[in-house]
Amino acid sequence: MVDKTLKTCEEAVAGVFDGATILLGGFGDPGLPGQILEALRLQGARDLTIVHNGAGGGTHALGGLIHDGKVRKLIASFPANPGNQSFQEKYLKGEVELEIVPQGTLAERIRAAGAGLGGFFTPTGAGTELGAGKESRMINGREMIFEHALHADFAFVRAYRGDRLGNLNYRMAMRNFNVPMCTAAKFVVAEVDELVPVGGIDPEDVHTPGIFVDHVVEVVRHPEYLKITTEGR
Amino acid sequence: MSLTREGIAYRVAQELPEGSYVNLGIGIPTLVSGFIPPGREIFFHSENGILGMGPLAEPGHEDADLINAGKQYVTLLPGASLFDHPTSFSMIRGGHIDYAVLGALEVSASGDLANWRTPGEKVPGVGGAMDLAFGVRNVIVTMTHLTNKGKPKILNRCTLPLTAPRCVKYIFTDMAMIEVTSQGLLLREFAPGLDPPIVQSHTEPPLHIVSGCREMDVPAKFHRAPAAQATR
Repeated sequence: MVDKTLKTCEEAVAGVFDGATILLGGFGDPGLPGQILEALRLQGARDLTIVHNGAGGGTHALGGLIHDGKVRKLIASFPANPGNQSFQEKYLKGEVELEIVPQGTLAERIRAAGAGLGGFFTPTGAGTELGAGKESRMINGREMIFEHALHADFAFVRAYRGDRLGNLNYRMAMRNFNVPMCTAAKFVVAEVDELVPVGGIDPEDVHTPGIFVDHVVEVVRHPEYLKITTEGR
Repeated sequence: MSLTREGIAYRVAQELPEGSYVNLGIGIPTLVSGFIPPGREIFFHSENGILGMGPLAEPGHEDADLINAGKQYVTLLPGASLFDHPTSFSMIRGGHIDYAVLGALEVSASGDLANWRTPGEKVPGVGGAMDLAFGVRNVIVTMTHLTNKGKPKILNRCTLPLTAPRCVKYIFTDMAMIEVTSQGLLLREFAPGLDPPIVQSHTEPPLHIVSGCREMDVPAKFHRAPAAQATR
């Protein structure tokens, strides 16, 4: 019997090595695998390249990983939030490298990797400092620049429900980067609110088919988080 | 006299046609959704995967899994849909979103937009700004006409790094509504109490005054007294 479930987040991050590239899911809190991140922080791997929309906040989750000096490079679209003190400090001291990527280009580079493409041409960024030095071409009368696919060693995401086959279902705005990220890494783990029996997710509601997922781990959300969610339902 | 931030947002809201798909940026653009005329059906898009977004969630009724691109808790309207980032940015980059309403630091006479790198910033961040500026057919800029120091933001050439060249179609400020065309900037409307020469005196490139150029139709509660206005 196929069983992709793990008991703990520690198992999820056990294989992460120094210098690994990690796709980190979520946009804000929805879809962010907060507990896998905490486990990763304790696991000790260093010189990580993290691909994420932002730079995390405070000194927990991604902010904590950066605070501890585990991150060598961040590939992000919006690390500029005032709450990102950890990143700001390290970046200004030159201790973390930053690659800024327009949000749509970031999503598409990840999607391209998962779809087996080498990259794509897009007008976004042409004629700006983010397009400088990139291969460019006129397509349909418009200048377009070449963007490479973005592969990774690991992808960590959070979903709402998952089963032992790796099928995932998200709720509300959790899908964001997670759907493409699950397709673009060699080793993919999702933390889920609820592990359900096979068949527990209607096939029409499977947003990430299990073929893309190596492991699923059920976690309990922080009480404060649960409070908001329950009241909202 | 000029307009308040709400006044600018009110004026933009009147411009959005029934059935349009609209992405609102942060700042004055966010206010636009509050001034859509009753009964006009408009679909608001959020980069993180929402179409048909409703107002902000009431305190105590937030859903932790439902935020907008500005990380605020929001609601969904009947008929809303939810999707992933590639789908969301296909809507933007594929030209399906009709209007992007964006803030700006500078706009040039040819419609170049600078709104992603601020002077003195510590960490840069682009978010979805470039995707919107390059991909959306009608880019509307909302901003104050002048900087805090009273300098024009509408310039012959942008001095700050560009978000996208030649992308802005309309500029709505506290002083005027200006259309960007290949023939140059057309002054279509001026704020109550102003006139075209005053608007021109605060704008670096030449403005072509269209026949029928008129005073903006914005309720008096959104007018701002001259005392609060930057000096000429």
